[in-house]
Amino acid sequence: MKLRVEVVALDCLMVRLFDEIAETNMPWMLAASESLRAAFAGHLIDLVPSYTTLMVHYDLNALSPAQARELIALALIDLSPNARTRGTCHVLPVWYDLSVGPELSLLSQRSGLAVEEVIRRHCEREYQVFALGFAPGFAFMGLVEEVLAAPRLNTPRKKVAAGSVGIAERQTAAYPVVSPGGWNLIGRTPTKLFDRNRDGYSLMQPGDTVRFEAVGHAEFINLGGDDTPLEAQA
Amino acid sequence: MSRLMIEASTALCLLQDAGRFGVRHLGVTQGGAADWRSMSWANWLLGNGLDASVIEITLGGFTVVAEDDCVLALAGADLGAQVDGEALAPWRSFRLHKGQRLQFTRPLLGARAYLAAPGGFDAPKVLGSSATVVREELGGLDGMGHALGKGASLSYSGNSLVLLRELPGQWVPDFTGEPLLDLVLGAQIGEFGGQSLFDAFNSVWSIDSRADRMGIRLLGAALQYQGQPMISEGIPLGAVQVPPDGQPIVLLNDRQTIGGYPRLGALTPLALARLAQCLPGAKVRLRPVVQEMAHREQVEYLQRFTHR
Repeated sequence: MKLRVEVVALDCLMVRLFDEIAETNMPWMLAASESLRAAFAGHLIDLVPSYTTLMVHYDLNALSPAQARELIALALIDLSPNARTRGTCHVLPVWYDLSVGPELSLLSQRSGLAVEEVIRRHCEREYQVFALGFAPGFAFMGLVEEVLAAPRLNTPRKKVAAGSVGIAERQTAAYPVVSPGGWNLIGRTPTKLFDRNRDGYSLMQPGDTVRFEAVGHAEFINLGGDDTPLEAQA
Repeated sequence: MSRLMIEASTALCLLQDAGRFGVRHLGVTQGGAADWRSMSWANWLLGNGLDASVIEITLGGFTVVAEDDCVLALAGADLGAQVDGEALAPWRSFRLHKGQRLQFTRPLLGARAYLAAPGGFDAPKVLGSSATVVREELGGLDGMGHALGKGASLSYSGNSLVLLRELPGQWVPDFTGEPLLDLVLGAQIGEFGGQSLFDAFNSVWSIDSRADRMGIRLLGAALQYQGQPMISEGIPLGAVQVPPDGQPIVLLNDRQTIGGYPRLGALTPLALARLAQCLPGAKVRLRPVVQEMAHREQVEYLQRFTHR
């Protein structure tokens, strides 16, 4: 880890902890987040974690850039990951089906694996939530096995159904709400990912982990899933 | 409680406040008034908290009729406002009597006007703010992120100040001419070539028609980033990012929370407030500033709002 603090705006500093995306970053990122939140306390406006960085947006009325840098240095001086800062593990039920996940066949062709095997392998790993972005509650997770990796679609879809589960390169994600999107879709989860009435709003938080669990059509519907085929919604 | 009935509106007329904070780690955008300075003055004129809910009117096409006598305030762009056909200049509070019609016609100077009411317009707070973000279905009158629509009713519950007032002339922001926008230099500045750095700060940039509350594209010399591809990271308000086509985009209130394009840096809040008043085709220049200096200038500016 090579820690750097960079200027990004009048009242924002970027704390850069790593240069590569890796699952092993996460315990450090979580520990740093916790430490920075405690150090800035009421003067923190937002802390935006991403794969390798933490952007600190602080109250410019309370702190000068120099004071903010000092707080960051103090917060991170004795950084060490610990069990306390491990995230929650979520299990997301997914109905893997061509009608809601049309790229199942593409991934099967690319990998030379049967569709069932693609599904089995997607469910096999426990993924890290690296960052949330793109839309409220949209969690960038990874890393999927190399053999399942696939580039984004050349032409993004104008409308991707809520709950759609997809793969882009070695990352996987689920769309919290209907939105445009270019990920390879492989299934759909009935789980509500962002809810303004839930404590914490987003089911997944940076640093959490996620496992996908294949469910049949009946269970998907039972859990409140919407099985409207993708084409019908376009 | 007093009410205003919306007689005409557009998709660019939105309920806004200072924005949504403490939730950006969840992928929720900031939102809020694109010209925070004009919003703050509109509220200041009524003695409101500076972040009370206001109406952001972009370009015009907005009309309300008063259902009660009221005192409102107007700041920001001159969108040809009229009260029953009589011109109303911005940067003042004014009376609207029951049955009178306030109409915004077309942009005469600037792009965004802010209409404030005593205590702020009533609206539910969603994730701590009433700021309307259409894309995220958050905020606004119904909390679901809808623009203000014809037939809707605006209400407020604060007490009207008896005295009307105007913003002192020397404090009225200048929306004329070719603004010089201060840019706090960011970490990737050294990764742009010498010619690109020269062009960035010595040429004239033109505001593209591709401009909305997510970002404003600047047209001019193509800037070349020579560094490594970046991993997505948090984007501050006002970030000036440079996509592969070399035409910078200034990111505004409704931007995505993380992104991976290299950046020159970020505009200062005052520069951003000025940019938010530029119409497509307007010309701007960029000026590099360092963080500490920009911070002092901002703190000094904010002192003005403490005058009562």
